[in-house]
Amino acid sequence: MTQVAIVTGPAAVLAQANIDTDQIIPARFLRKPRAAGYNNFLFHDVRAADPAFPLGPEGNPPILIAGANFGCGSSREGAVYALTDAGVRAVIAPGFGDIFAGNASKNGLLTVALPEAEIAVLMDAARAGLPVTVDLPNQELRAGNQVFRFDIDPFRKRRLAEGLDDIGLTLAHAAEIAAFVARDRTTRPWSAPTPLLPRAG
Amino acid sequence: MIAPRTLFDKIWDAHAILAAPDGTTLLWIDRHLVHEGSFHAFAMLDRDARQVARPDLTFGVADHYVPSHSRALPVADPEAAGLIARLAANAARHGFDHMGMDDPRQGIVHVVGPEQGITLPGLTLVCGDSHTATHGALGALAFGIGASEVAHVLATQTLWQARPKRMRISIDGRLAAQVSAKDLILAIIARIGASGAVGFAIEFAGPAVRALSMEARMTLCNMAIEAGSRTGMIAPDDTTFAWIAGRARAPHRAAFDAAVADWRALATDPAAMFDREVRLDGASVAPMVTWGTTLDTALPVDARVPDPADAPDAASRQRMAEQLAYMDLIPGAPLAGTKIDQVFIGSCTNGRIEDLRAAAAILRGRRAAVPGRVVPGSVPIQRAAEAEGLDRVFIDSGLTWGEPGCSMCTGINGDYVAPGARCAATSNRNFAGRQGQGARTHLMSPAMAAAAAIAGALVDPRQEAHP
Repeated sequence: MTQVAIVTGPAAVLAQANIDTDQIIPARFLRKPRAAGYNNFLFHDVRAADPAFPLGPEGNPPILIAGANFGCGSSREGAVYALTDAGVRAVIAPGFGDIFAGNASKNGLLTVALPEAEIAVLMDAARAGLPVTVDLPNQELRAGNQVFRFDIDPFRKRRLAEGLDDIGLTLAHAAEIAAFVARDRTTRPWSAPTPLLPRAG
Repeated sequence: MIAPRTLFDKIWDAHAILAAPDGTTLLWIDRHLVHEGSFHAFAMLDRDARQVARPDLTFGVADHYVPSHSRALPVADPEAAGLIARLAANAARHGFDHMGMDDPRQGIVHVVGPEQGITLPGLTLVCGDSHTATHGALGALAFGIGASEVAHVLATQTLWQARPKRMRISIDGRLAAQVSAKDLILAIIARIGASGAVGFAIEFAGPAVRALSMEARMTLCNMAIEAGSRTGMIAPDDTTFAWIAGRARAPHRAAFDAAVADWRALATDPAAMFDREVRLDGASVAPMVTWGTTLDTALPVDARVPDPADAPDAASRQRMAEQLAYMDLIPGAPLAGTKIDQVFIGSCTNGRIEDLRAAAAILRGRRAAVPGRVVPGSVPIQRAAEAEGLDRVFIDSGLTWGEPGCSMCTGINGDYVAPGARCAATSNRNFAGRQGQGARTHLMSPAMAAAAAIAGALVDPRQEAHP
């Protein structure tokens, strides 16, 4: 998986709140194979209706500053694929849809949540053409002479910084998982699905 | 003594395998539902040469891409046909139960799970779909996940999760006549906001919730995600147990009785604490309809289209103006009376038998003024509705009766709302373009959608005569 450390560059601004994943990628593109690239689908219909839309299929700034609840709605991971394939490496917003943020962390897309007031300052800086730096190791965001600290789950941070394979990490705990399953069989015997064709006796 | 715990805490604790130092927990997953759209996750498994760890806990249902038109014909769209076939192939290869287009159990994954007894109280259940919270209506901890997490569950039957905060939404009193669970959840989202429950697990409680049927509880929990919460749940009670009894995949006979004894203990302890408490008076909830392209734009149907001039600040003024422009609505005009072009009755929110009965009760013996599509949530619901003659009610009124699936809710299977057309829909999202490019969606209950079909406009169902 992609490793994330420091992202620096110009930032695009999408100030409106509640940008849902149906906007980021319309459902009709989710059927496309991943290998084909998802950048052309990014904000496909929004771009079609707005020639001045700040993001396109390529040549995008690496950072996006967005309004509250970015990525709400559908769980489609294609929303993250579209952003990363189009060159976006970090999204900064007052808050994110939970599933979107989880999907982002598994695809090397950094999401940083900051208070509305700080987002407003960053949006102004970005609109003025100042580069923005997202420094994951120091949990710091810099633009001009402004510096903002941000919080991130240590687990999520480590996964982004080291590009960890979640499945590999989990399989290293096979013994604990097996012990849980053995214990669970006795404490919750009803939890197994009843077979479709119960055997006689 | 164990400290008092919530329903959520009890299920979470029973599934915690281990925790990282920051509290991120490796959870055991009891049920994993997959659909055609899960192909990205299966591709990830293939890439790393991994297998499905627990095919016995994995269930495949074709719903997103299946046509709602005849099942007798091959799927016309080659890409959709390919994804439907791919789910079947993955199920055969990995050896998990598959409910494909020709299966008598097929339907929308969130309808099928409870209906088949796959969903049970006290379980953890995940699916690569944000409306997975639906299953929480049975007292399960159920939440939507993305493709990478689907791959993780397929490979390990576990998931790393940060523990959410707990929110209880208590509904006092009773809902009024002609007010449904759909109106209630829209009223809740209007109250707490489209991101009001981000980071929270919601428990719905209170007398008005206890009085709801299982179908209505599923409608309520279904839309937890539209308030930002991945999970909404209701403590299981006698209504739940009676509904589950006898379902194919649920425990039977003595095993069922033993399970019920355990399930009774799941309810939130009286002294348990929530991080946030919200209270609503059930009797104050009116029939609701959305006017905009976010879920927090629900208003009572007898309200007026809001005016951006009344917005509290410049940003919300601009946002409101954009939504009104997209929806082509005039500020200050009454919502009731807004002309519609079509209706859609169905989806994992409102595609169950009670929903169809509610719509049919209004449409019986009357003509729809606009075209509309009614799509049952599953084959068993389709059969039950046909046995009751509900299909005839819809067809005689001028609506069409479809084959089970997600259909016009998601804009994936070819059932689209035309650009600029206005649709009265019982589904769950009014996002711009959700039902098709340029489509204008008003969300509402099945009774309201049926009443809107007859009037050709948004109407207050309380003013509709009943047979």
